[in-house]
Amino acid sequence: MSGNFAVEIISPNQSVLKSETEEVILPSFEGEMGILKDHVSLITFLRPGIITVKKNNQEIKFFVEEGTVEFSKNNLLILTSTAKNLSNLSKDDLNDLIKKSQEKIDQKDINDKEKYLLSHKIDVLKSVN
Amino acid sequence: MPSLDDLKKRIKSVKSTQKITKAMKMVAAAKLRKAQENAEKGRPYSQKMQNIILNLTKSINDPQNAPKLLVGTGKDKTYLCVVLTADRGLCGGFNSNICKLAKTNFKNILSKGKELKIMTVGTKGLDQIRREYDKYIIKKFSFKNKKQITFSEAELVGNEIIKLFKKEEFDKCILFYNNFKNVITQIPQAQQIIPVENKSSEVKIEDSTSYEFEPEEDEILEDLLPKNISTQVFKAFLENAASEQGSRMTAMDNATRNAGELVDKLTINYNRSRQASITKELIEIISGAESL
Repeated sequence: MSGNFAVEIISPNQSVLKSETEEVILPSFEGEMGILKDHVSLITFLRPGIITVKKNNQEIKFFVEEGTVEFSKNNLLILTSTAKNLSNLSKDDLNDLIKKSQEKIDQKDINDKEKYLLSHKIDVLKSVN
Repeated sequence: MPSLDDLKKRIKSVKSTQKITKAMKMVAAAKLRKAQENAEKGRPYSQKMQNIILNLTKSINDPQNAPKLLVGTGKDKTYLCVVLTADRGLCGGFNSNICKLAKTNFKNILSKGKELKIMTVGTKGLDQIRREYDKYIIKKFSFKNKKQITFSEAELVGNEIIKLFKKEEFDKCILFYNNFKNVITQIPQAQQIIPVENKSSEVKIEDSTSYEFEPEEDEILEDLLPKNISTQVFKAFLENAASEQGSRMTAMDNATRNAGELVDKLTINYNRSRQASITKELIEIISGAESL
C-alpha cells in the first residue's frame, strides 16, 4: 500500500477540504484519473464529475463542475468554484441541477464544447441520483 | 460668548452625532468580522491560482506563440486602470487613498505620453476621479444595491476586461485596491494583471519542477487565464470589502472619541458661563441693595 499525501480543495470563498489521503480520483478533462503518492507533477482541468477522496477505507465524494488541478511534491491542489459535498446534496438539489442543465442544453446558442460538458454533467448527476 | 441656550443646543447636537458614529462603528465591527473572514478564506485560492500560472509560464518554450493574456500584446501604449472603491463614504481615508494612488499612476502614465483608459468600480472612486479624469473613463460599475459581492460580480468585471483586451483596446491592465493587512492598516495597492506580472517568480525559481500537462499547455492557459483575471478581481473585491469595514470602524471610533472630547469641552464652557451669569446677577442684586 502506498503512503499518504496531502490534498486540498479550495473554492474562492473557502477551503473546502484539507486532509491527508491515500488516493484521489478526479474527473479530469480527458478522462477519469486516479492519483496516488509520488505521482508525477501535473497540471490539468476538471470536467463535471465526482471527486473521490479515499482515506482509511472511507470515501468522501464531491461533485464539481469545473476546476483546475495541480499536483506537485505530493501536494494535490484542486481549485474549483463549484465543489459540493455529495452527502450534503439532497435528491431535490440534484434534480434541480439536472433541470437547470437540461434547460441550458436546450438553448440554441451554445457551442459543441459547452453542449458536451452539459450533457456530461447531466449524465453524472443522473448516475448519482 | 455664546449664550447658555446656544451652548445647550450644541451639546445636544454633538451628543446625537456621537450616537450615530457609535452605532456606525458597531455595525462596521460586526461586518468587519465577516468580511475579514471572507478575505482570509479567499486568499489561498487566488494565490494558488497565480502560482499555477507562474509555473505554467516557466514551462512555456515558445513565448512568441504564448497566449496574449499572459505575455501581453508586446506593445506598451495603452493602459487600462481599474479602480476599485467602495459605494459608501464615512470610512476615513479608504476611498481617497485608492484614488490618490491611482491618480499618481495616471499622471505617470500620461506624462510618459501613453494612452489612458479608466474603469471604475464603486461610486465613491468615480466621484473623485471624475473631477480630473472624466474624459478617460470608459466604463463604470456599481454594485450598490448588492448586499454582498460574490464571484459572479467579479466575473462580470473580469469578462469586461477580457472583452476589451480581445478588441485590443489596451495593452496593460492595472488593478487598484486596498490590501487588508489588519484592522488599522490597509495598504492601497496597484497590481498589474495583464500581462501577468511575475514578481514572486524570482524567489521561487529554484523549484523548477517540470510538469506534465493534460491537455497541452496552451489549452490549459487559454482556459485558466480568463479565470485568473476574474479571480484576481474577486480577491481585490474581498480585500476591499474587509478594508472598507476596517477603515470605517477606525474612523468612526475616532469620531466618537472626538465627539466625546468636544462634549466635555462644551460642558465645561456651559457650566462656566452659567456660573458667571449667576455671579453677575448676585453682584447686581448686592450693589442694588447697597445703593439704597
